[in-house]
Amino acid sequence: MKSGGFSLNRVTAVLIKEFKQLTRDRITYAMMLAIPVAQLILFGYAINTEPRHLPTAVLIQEDSRHARSIVAALENSRYFDVVAQARSPAELDRLLRTGQVQFAVTIPGDFTRRVARGDKAQILVEADATDPSATGPAVAALAALPDQALRHDLTGALGLQGQPSAPFEVVVHRRYNPEAITAYNIVPGLLGIILSLTLVMMTALSVTRETERGTMETLLSTPLEPLEVMVGKLAPYVMVGLIQTAIILVMAATLFRVPMGGGWMGLAAGVALFITGSLALGFLISTVARSQLQAMQMSFFYILPSILLSGFMFPFRGMPAWAQWIGEVIPVTHFLRVVRGSLLKGQDLGDQWRELAALTAFVCVVTALAMARYRRTLD
Amino acid sequence: MSPPSANWAIDVHDLNKSFGDKHVVNDVTIQVQAGRICGFLGPNGSGKTTTLRMLCGLLTPDSGSGQALGYDIIAEADAVKLRTGYMTQKFSLYEDLTIAENLQFTARVYGLDRRRERVDAALERLGLASRRGQLAGTLSGGWKQRLALAAATLHEPRLLLLDEPTAGVDPKARRTFWDEIHALAAEGLTVLVSTHYMDEAERCHEIAYISYGRLIARGTAEQVISASGLVTFHGEGPNADKLAHELGKAPGVDTAAAFGASIHVSGENRAELEAAIAPYRGQGYRWAEAAPTLEDVFIQLMDRSQDNVP
Repeated sequence: MKSGGFSLNRVTAVLIKEFKQLTRDRITYAMMLAIPVAQLILFGYAINTEPRHLPTAVLIQEDSRHARSIVAALENSRYFDVVAQARSPAELDRLLRTGQVQFAVTIPGDFTRRVARGDKAQILVEADATDPSATGPAVAALAALPDQALRHDLTGALGLQGQPSAPFEVVVHRRYNPEAITAYNIVPGLLGIILSLTLVMMTALSVTRETERGTMETLLSTPLEPLEVMVGKLAPYVMVGLIQTAIILVMAATLFRVPMGGGWMGLAAGVALFITGSLALGFLISTVARSQLQAMQMSFFYILPSILLSGFMFPFRGMPAWAQWIGEVIPVTHFLRVVRGSLLKGQDLGDQWRELAALTAFVCVVTALAMARYRRTLD
Repeated sequence: MSPPSANWAIDVHDLNKSFGDKHVVNDVTIQVQAGRICGFLGPNGSGKTTTLRMLCGLLTPDSGSGQALGYDIIAEADAVKLRTGYMTQKFSLYEDLTIAENLQFTARVYGLDRRRERVDAALERLGLASRRGQLAGTLSGGWKQRLALAAATLHEPRLLLLDEPTAGVDPKARRTFWDEIHALAAEGLTVLVSTHYMDEAERCHEIAYISYGRLIARGTAEQVISASGLVTFHGEGPNADKLAHELGKAPGVDTAAAFGASIHVSGENRAELEAAIAPYRGQGYRWAEAAPTLEDVFIQLMDRSQDNVP
């Protein structure tokens, strides 16, 4: 038997061994199949960079035929779904600030009169431009509104045939991010993604390492209680999370000039809950994973949808309903809303209680699961 | 908590444990007197580790009951843990902490007083005082095990459970390790130690042999050997070792093994065994009856219990 040179037989030996090991490692195998399928479905169906049917609130200060025509035209464009009728400018503003609607449309009281007189009639469209890519296409579609909306209304006595300009104009205010700077949206979002990436993965690995190296068995044979191990192991990573948060916020303010709109209470609560939840999730993963490699893969399995379905990378409202439901279950989604809401919109605690409640639920559920799993590990 | 009773440090009955459909420990009953070193022997996968883990509260038995140091091993597992030192099969201290840091960690976990004093004393006893700042991962196999033993006894337990503590350790380090175990037992510590080494088994006060989850032999080394009823002959002569294969198949021979240039045959029936070696008498071979070794007995026990597997 010759030993020099390239031997196909020896390659085959390695190949067969490798393939057998691959099939024994079920999780790896599942990941290899699941990830492409998941990505295809996500990219193919869920992600849409031109969101339509965006929730819109209208404030109609005169109940007129023209006003109804404009609302109808907005809906006909398929970019706007009128979901709320505000009764006052304050209510309209609150709907936009809390993120319940993406657009707020005001039709002023003297609209019909001004149209009739040809006196610069205007409607005001305020867009929540924290995510410029979510509002961009809809805003572009508004350009056609003046020519279309009142066409049927204005064929009779008030007909303006032959008039060169449109009967009214649309004034667009891009709120919270008037210059449509993408970084304003991405940089606060990155806080959620970076915290997830490091904290979930670091804890998952740190606990799995103990199991893999056998030190966990020694820990369990001592008087240490599961909760004591968990708190002791996770506390250093709370520090890591807080330092990361500080670095990202300082860089956001200095390098990217992201507005710091206040809302510090909500932001602090959100960061605290999110760090705790991420660590508990990492701990939970480590109670399931049998090796550091598996822990790594499982963390990745969590982080992928966190990037794609949370509204971090693609507009949340561009996704179909089922994908939005999945997105609502992902903690990053709620955390991103808190961070963007605090920094860009200056939301206060009252505006954010829904998201904070969702994060609290995440922390409770994951911690309970992690504790329950940890107790049973050696049995 | 009930006070420690009787003289048994370990007194457990009919322990059972299954993982899935594998019955790993089957009605195991063990009693060990305080201050004794009990060797726990048996083939790989026979349930030794599982039994040790049940004794120190790492696993809950499916059924069975008993006491360790007078405390119920299930209801009072915490009390048992506090008074037991357990050393796992694998080196399970932190390789990326120094020798002293590992001991300090253990001292803190057990909430010991006079930590610095205890750690210094342990390092002194180990002879590692000058290397206290060295990372534990850089120690040789023998030193790692001695460090692990020091960590497992730092809280002055009254029961020590050792799971193959000297696997892969050189003979000199093993001897040092066992000297330490005897020194600890002399201070009143009870030790249950699993091993595959026959010389180590012979250094124990008594032996428990477990196979396929069942306890099948118990007593001192002499008792276990005499209870086996084994007869052994020792053969020397030209190429005596080459006979092992042939003789092993002969009726009446349970085991035939070559030792260097000589041969060692054992069987339970003296007449049959003598008949088997009769053809090889003369021809330059010299045969003499020898005392069966613990190894002969264990191989016989292993073969026998294998036959009983359903």
